[in-house]
Amino acid sequence: MTTMIQVENATKSFTMSYHRSLKQLALAKARGRKTHDVFNAVDDVSFTVQEGEAIGLMGLNGSGKSTLLKLVSGVMRPDAGSVLTRGRIAGLIATGAGFDPQLTGRDNLFLNAAILGMSRNETLRKFDEIVDFADLGKFLDTEVAYYSSGMKARLGFAVAINVDADIFIADEALAVGDRPFKRKCKKRMDEIVKSGVTMFYVSHAPGSVRNLCSRVLVLDHGKLAFDGDVEEGIAFLHYDDDDDEERGKASSDDGLGADI
Amino acid sequence: MTTGSPSPVRRRSTPEELEALPLVPPAATGLAEVVRRRYLLRMLVRNTIQSRYQGTVLGWTWSYLQPAIRFCLFYFLFQVMVGRGAGMENFAVHLFAGMVMVHFFTETFNGGTQSLVQNRSLITKLAVPREMFPVARMLVAAWHTFPMMVILVFVCVLLGWRPDAAGMAAALLGFLLVALLGLALGLVFSVANVFMRDFGKVAQTLTQFVTFSVPMMYPYTLVQDRFGEPIASYYLFNPMAEAVLLIQRGFWTGTTSDPTYTQALHLPGDLYTRGLVMTLIALVGVVLAQRLFSRLEAKVPERL
Repeated sequence: MTTMIQVENATKSFTMSYHRSLKQLALAKARGRKTHDVFNAVDDVSFTVQEGEAIGLMGLNGSGKSTLLKLVSGVMRPDAGSVLTRGRIAGLIATGAGFDPQLTGRDNLFLNAAILGMSRNETLRKFDEIVDFADLGKFLDTEVAYYSSGMKARLGFAVAINVDADIFIADEALAVGDRPFKRKCKKRMDEIVKSGVTMFYVSHAPGSVRNLCSRVLVLDHGKLAFDGDVEEGIAFLHYDDDDDEERGKASSDDGLGADI
Repeated sequence: MTTGSPSPVRRRSTPEELEALPLVPPAATGLAEVVRRRYLLRMLVRNTIQSRYQGTVLGWTWSYLQPAIRFCLFYFLFQVMVGRGAGMENFAVHLFAGMVMVHFFTETFNGGTQSLVQNRSLITKLAVPREMFPVARMLVAAWHTFPMMVILVFVCVLLGWRPDAAGMAAALLGFLLVALLGLALGLVFSVANVFMRDFGKVAQTLTQFVTFSVPMMYPYTLVQDRFGEPIASYYLFNPMAEAVLLIQRGFWTGTTSDPTYTQALHLPGDLYTRGLVMTLIALVGVVLAQRLFSRLEAKVPERL
């Protein structure tokens, strides 16, 4: 088995500045107040992910999931420790980020694909598939500024999900589009998992985690609190309690992160 | 790629291919990475250019129309109204040639400075080499400078100018100097601007100085006449003044009735040596700026 993600003692700290202008800073200093605070959003986290594993990253709000995801995807770099990965990383992170509203859907499709690391040839090869998935019809050659939010989301989603990745990252908020579109997304996600690609999935929805993942990581205040079996992980977070169970079922019916 | 097909189309790696891949930090950075991902760079540049004239009927014609009108205005003001602008031959050309350089520089510098902040939504969410943005702004600036050059050449030809090798070399050197200088400053200021937005204001102020600190609205000889040495030599330490003098050598002097005389009168000695040395320094500046950029860049996403 090949190690796909290797995180060793990764720490990411953020500085909170309470004051921005010189005057405020001087006043705070004079009064002996704190001018800034440092906290670790991700605190000494270590784990490795093997090829073909599907990891569900869970945790309460503010537990550092997004920051860890950004460390793995390469948006942020750890202040201490190391994060190493193998192959191309892509997936459903910030779909549609970098859209230029002034440009047409077609132009944005190519731009977005390039941002996600696709070459021109690759984009051309996937073009029909992406357009088909986004289902924009004649709006493809209209400026994105005139798109409805659902259309914009669909286009971003369609590009992102069609990038061939060695590590597939998916962040929450997959609850885009209407029901048929969600169905389509869920089908596509299942295909991706079945194809044996390494997956890193952040979610609050126990249903979809059960559905997609083979292992769960739980973060608590930046520290890795749990690493292991899916059911145990969900139980660890008490996400399997009473009515949550029902919601979990509902969301697994819908597919992805429907309980937002 | 083991697909064996002639077109290098990427597929999901096979387990064997994966094993052969190195375990590396997830996002590569640096100017080298910008060159490697030039397809993305091209897309960014193209789309920035495209979106500028989006929704206009005349489209890219505007990028010729605006400088053309500006030139006509200058011509009327200095050649017709003031009359041979302060006793200089073809003063309008002198002014416009300088403006081409200054425009290229200010757009590279100011655009570069704002580039990270403006692309905030992208940078905080997706992994792209962040040097990409200042570099893209430099290329966009170059693209917008091109129509000005066309107009400059057109006017010069009308005035009887013919290209000469030394002059073309001078102009090229000038552009290279400005490109490197603008890129170096753009890199440093873009990342500094993330930490303190004051740097954006500093950049704007500096570019205002540039307009007046180059021999464009006045000939270089004026500096010498008014202030003499050593101030005139200090004046020449300004790389932008050097770049503008280089483009004057490339175009303006050639339009005058006696180019050799104009050169001897209005251009300082050692024009080329100075230009070469400054270009080399600017190149070193880019390397240093990149170093600084990669040191500070790690903190950029969280500060945006």
